Amino acid sequence: MTDNSKFHHGDVDDSVAPIVQMKDIEKHFGNIIALAGVSFDIRPGECHCLLGDNGAGKSTFIKTMSGVHQPTHGEILFEGKPMSFATPRDSMEAGIATVFQDLAMIPLMSVARNFFMGREPTKGRGLAKRFDVDRANEITMAEMRKMGINLRAPDQAVGTLSGGERQTVAIARAVYFGAKVLILDEPTSALGVRQTSNVLATIDKVRSQGVGVVFISHNVRHALAVGDRFTVLNRGKTLGTAKRGEITPEELQDLMAGGQELAQLEGSLGGTV
Amino acid sequence: MSDTTPHTTADERIKAEPLFSRLMKRPELGAIAGVVLVAIFFLITADSAMFTTSGIINFLTPAAQLGILAIGASMLMIGGEFDLSIGSMVAFAGLFFGICVMVWGLPLIIAIPMTFLFSAFVGAINGTIVIRSGLPSFIVTLAFLFILRGLSLVGLKWASGGSTQLRGVRDATENDWLAPIFSGDAFPALFAWLAEHDLVETFKNGTPKVTGIPVEIIWFVLLALVATYILLRTPAGNWIFAAGGDADAASNSGVPVKRVKVSLFMVTACCAALVAIITVIDAGSTDARRGFQKEFEAIIAAVIGGCLLTGGYGSAIGAFFGSIIFGMVVIGLTYTNFDQDWFQVFLGGMLLIAVLFNNAIRKRVTGER
Ligand SMILES: Nc1ncnc2c1ncn2[C@@H]1O[C@H](COP(=O)(O)OP(=O)(O)OP(=O)(O)O)[C@@H](O)[C@H]1O
Ligand SMILES: [Mg+2]
Repeated sequence: MTDNSKFHHGDVDDSVAPIVQMKDIEKHFGNIIALAGVSFDIRPGECHCLLGDNGAGKSTFIKTMSGVHQPTHGEILFEGKPMSFATPRDSMEAGIATVFQDLAMIPLMSVARNFFMGREPTKGRGLAKRFDVDRANEITMAEMRKMGINLRAPDQAVGTLSGGERQTVAIARAVYFGAKVLILDEPTSALGVRQTSNVLATIDKVRSQGVGVVFISHNVRHALAVGDRFTVLNRGKTLGTAKRGEITPEELQDLMAGGQELAQLEGSLGGTV
Repeated sequence: MSDTTPHTTADERIKAEPLFSRLMKRPELGAIAGVVLVAIFFLITADSAMFTTSGIINFLTPAAQLGILAIGASMLMIGGEFDLSIGSMVAFAGLFFGICVMVWGLPLIIAIPMTFLFSAFVGAINGTIVIRSGLPSFIVTLAFLFILRGLSLVGLKWASGGSTQLRGVRDATENDWLAPIFSGDAFPALFAWLAEHDLVETFKNGTPKVTGIPVEIIWFVLLALVATYILLRTPAGNWIFAAGGDADAASNSGVPVKRVKVSLFMVTACCAALVAIITVIDAGSTDARRGFQKEFEAIIAAVIGGCLLTGGYGSAIGAFFGSIIFGMVVIGLTYTNFDQDWFQVFLGGMLLIAVLFNNAIRKRVTGER
């Protein structure tokens, strides 16, 4: 039993079956072995943090979950059944939404059009079926406000947004569409204090609604604040999985650095980076 | 491609955007300004006959033939690809259509759908090679520029027994009930009625000087409207902009990028087929030079219309006006005392100005830093 904290309310029911189960996933790019057998699962109502050094294979791993890459070896079970997502669209239709590290936004397109890209709301039927621009604009503004950002106008081009605003659009979009699983690849790297706290609170909220959250971060404090389980990747392999309350920030940080000492920095940063 | 529905609360950090700067962000603005400038130029320099009804139809007809191609090209460019083979595709589709009518003796109701299907198939081959190989569409369709032109020559010689022209299409289609939709003038009854009531210019014997609007102009306007509707008001339009803006990002967001791009190649080829059908029935024959260099003119019209060479931005209405500029200049010069060959200089100049202008607009839209 763990204590409730600002960004963590209630525990996960361990007996619930995972929504997505990834078994021994390998991914090779030509002669580069990006993933050398990673196993991972995500239960409903859980925030599973994926941690690791730069180049450890975190992004590659979640991309096999969201249909961008097909694993070279290994098996993906979705709700118990073997599943192979041929395209990101397939995984989206299954209820998996992703915030990619590069955000997957089109700078020349408006915020609302980016928000609904690939999943446009429509009105009318048959030949008169058309993109419901008004509804798209309204929902975009409302969802962005929930994340603590007041957009100037929904028809503003994404290219004119600040880095953090752009990241918030991507997060709001994924939260809006992530019915079963929400994957966040370093979603807070460009965010301000208020927006970061908003994102962490949002993760806590969707988690308690039964959505499984996969959260990638380089920030131990953010991970520990919301995470239920912590899996550390290193050079394409898992170093292990720990539960909330079973690991100290210092241990986690050492694991994330691939077990190497953070000697010179340790003192001046007061233990955590 | 902005959706103007400002129903949100005002933000103190945004200055009220004046109408002018809102308009400055529209991709087709340059082309509309261009039409106005070119019209003023010819109003001053050209014979006043240019801007009578028959004069206007005179320059709208070549504009429409080019414009049908340019609208296809602009949608493809917004989708992030080029098709340098559309000019050759006009000849190739014309050949296929000619064979349907002359060699196989098919009625238009079968020959026309077959020509569209065949062209869409060629477009799909083009698109599939581009998508599968990941090569720039520039180089793949450059190959098809030559392949299709060569095939048209070989095919024509085969179909006509040695000549590079296939004649007699007019006679074969004259009495076909579908022919009026693809050839001749539309609304002749309307113009006759207008003439009767002295609302349009007439010859001495009372027949109107303009007997109707050439069908290609009707097709051109319809196509511009449909393309604009698709681009701005349907999910497919959003996918086209997304696929051209950043194919990876679009695909990761769930846009079926490959399907969108292959479909666009098919649409472009069908635009070429439409031009082929109209011009072949009108001329009564098809030849291997049909559509020669039209690919460049179509791309220039699309660029004048605001399409970025990098994709993801542009408009079909822009290409519409870009084509009208084209028609005005080609035909307008014959109404002036200038040497016809100024046309090429003018064309290059327009292209250069348009590219510089588009670049500036893009920076405004993205607030590029
Ligand atoms: N498409 C690709 N082709 C070849 N190599 C790749 C490809 N994608 C990733 N890699 C390699 O796989 C390894 C893992 O990359 P990945 O992006 O998954 O790391 P990461 O853990 O997300 O790192 P970061 O924390 O910097 O985001 C890297 O060495 C990278 O060079
Ligand atoms: Mg990464």
